[in-house]
Amino acid sequence: MIQLRAPKLTFWGIAFWAVMALGIVATVVRFTQGLGASTNLSDKFPWGLWIGFDILCGVALAAGGFVVAGSVYIFNLERYRPILRPAILTAFLGYLLVAFALMYDLGRPWNIWHPVIMWNPRSVMFEVGWCVILYTTVLALEFSPMVFEKLNLKRPQTIIKSITIPLVIAGVILSSLHQSSLGSLFLIVPEKVYPLWYSANLPYLFFLTAVAVGPAMVTIESFLSSRAFHREIELPILVRLGRVTVAALGIYFVLKIQDVLSYGLLSYVFTMNIEGILYWAEMLLGVVLPIILLLIPSIRTTKRGLFLASLFVVLGVILNRMNLSITAVDRYSGVGYFPSLMEIAVTMMIVAIGFAAFRLAAKHLPVFPEETHGEAHPPGRHPYEMIPLSSKEVTSN
Amino acid sequence: MMKHGILIDLTLCVGCYACEEADAERWGHPSSDIHELSSTQNTAVVDVDGVYVSKQCMHCNEPTCESVCPVGAFEKTALGPVIYHEQRCMGCRYCMQACPFDVPRYQWDSLNPEVTKCDLCYDRIREGGQPACVEVCPAEARVFGPLDDLIAEAKRRISETPDQYISHIYGVKEAGGTSVLFLAPKDFAELGLRTQLPDHPLPTLTWAILSKIPNYVFWGTTMLAGVWWITNRRKEVMEYEQALERMEQGNPSRRVNNNDHE
Repeated sequence: MIQLRAPKLTFWGIAFWAVMALGIVATVVRFTQGLGASTNLSDKFPWGLWIGFDILCGVALAAGGFVVAGSVYIFNLERYRPILRPAILTAFLGYLLVAFALMYDLGRPWNIWHPVIMWNPRSVMFEVGWCVILYTTVLALEFSPMVFEKLNLKRPQTIIKSITIPLVIAGVILSSLHQSSLGSLFLIVPEKVYPLWYSANLPYLFFLTAVAVGPAMVTIESFLSSRAFHREIELPILVRLGRVTVAALGIYFVLKIQDVLSYGLLSYVFTMNIEGILYWAEMLLGVVLPIILLLIPSIRTTKRGLFLASLFVVLGVILNRMNLSITAVDRYSGVGYFPSLMEIAVTMMIVAIGFAAFRLAAKHLPVFPEETHGEAHPPGRHPYEMIPLSSKEVTSN
Repeated sequence: MMKHGILIDLTLCVGCYACEEADAERWGHPSSDIHELSSTQNTAVVDVDGVYVSKQCMHCNEPTCESVCPVGAFEKTALGPVIYHEQRCMGCRYCMQACPFDVPRYQWDSLNPEVTKCDLCYDRIREGGQPACVEVCPAEARVFGPLDDLIAEAKRRISETPDQYISHIYGVKEAGGTSVLFLAPKDFAELGLRTQLPDHPLPTLTWAILSKIPNYVFWGTTMLAGVWWITNRRKEVMEYEQALERMEQGNPSRRVNNNDHE
């Protein structure tokens, strides 16, 4: 038996199951011993890694879905269509995982549905909750044609196709609302957030970084899946999509400079404490460097250059969310929070599930456009699909 | 109903911890030698350089916890107390993150955890009684009553013996005002109370953004639909022209006809 399994044990396979095993142990502790035993959270530090990474980063990294869907359907930028499905798949999986992660962090996860009937419209969290519920539904519908197509169900595909435009508009509105509102969560604690990260512009800063990181994530997963599935990468499309990232990051950078000036933060910027260093890391590596990389044609048009630039954008946004939710409130709390091994184990497990789920879906569902080898598609193969490969290809059939 | 509250005169407190005992008894918690707020202690008296500083929920006039809670588990009652409806709570702990006075505590070791904090003995004062901590205080450092009366009383004490007090009633303006007020012999910052808080209620900061949402949804949707209509129309026209061109190429006589019209 061991001999039969042996060839399957690749490095990534072993890593995956090791992470899953640790995550399951942590899960058992979390749900049998409680949050106190499984996390380093405390009365003074009630939000930690699970909020900072699993929720704030999770939602931001899933922003590619609304950016690409909006570009293709609302702005009719057909050239982005080949990356539409991977972007929607990422977003859908991202939001499912955010909901999954929330079950760990909530003290009473079985009450997760309460915002549906117990309203408090003055709460930012209430608004985020509603938007996430609605947008996950929208994403499920946008994702569904991939399943219907696989199962060759024609009628549901027709129905989804007929409501695509309203769906996409709803998706863009809901996304812009809750992506920014995750930043608004911190508006109410001006005295607790380290000045480098507090700004009345927090919702706009969150939205801009989400718009910047969405395409970057799509780019990274295109690279990874092109390697995993030995497909050609859609380089020219991704290079053009990089413009969205540059524009969003550029505006973001200006707003951050404006914050430094209007809040008088120069003394904080040049204080090299832990906050100062992390602020510089975030701004230089996550904002300035990728802007430069993406502005130089000889860099952004190469696979390597574009991948690196996107990677820095993603890491920069992750650092930004972690800085705001952990670094920026740590000094006030005075506890020196660092996540427990079990918090880290659960987070790693969720990331691993994300990778595995994407791989599984990409393998078994029509996520990526089939590479054209000059031969036409079998007739009737894609008649009702919500996302034809490109309008030209359909008409030329 | 008139808003009620507690005036705590820190110059009078002798540090007997009777209020902590009364609090423990009322909530059914074990009495403790640790004088700190916790999930089993909703009132604590802390010795700060010889001044006994009382800590408990401030019962804000516009509570941050009430505003941030996504399920409305906190309620500012007409009588003054801010109370917690545990059956609504889903345990997101935004209240703890947001409270400007860092009051709410959590039952971290419970599998069905609740947020814990003082409720100003809502059940007792509703029946016309006094909060347990006020009733039991032997030094009369705590006075319970209508908020306006308490502020008047605090002003009277400051003006009668100005050398005993610093000239500030903590809680009148802080975070938009609270239903628990403090008088102190020295600066509140030295006593560990938050003095950096704005005078306006903190929920106004998030409401400034949230109140824009209905407008945003309406105009955003309209604009996106408009953009779609324009780009879609462009696409249709383009496809129509292309089809026309193909027809013309297939039928040369038609092109001649077209030219005739011009």
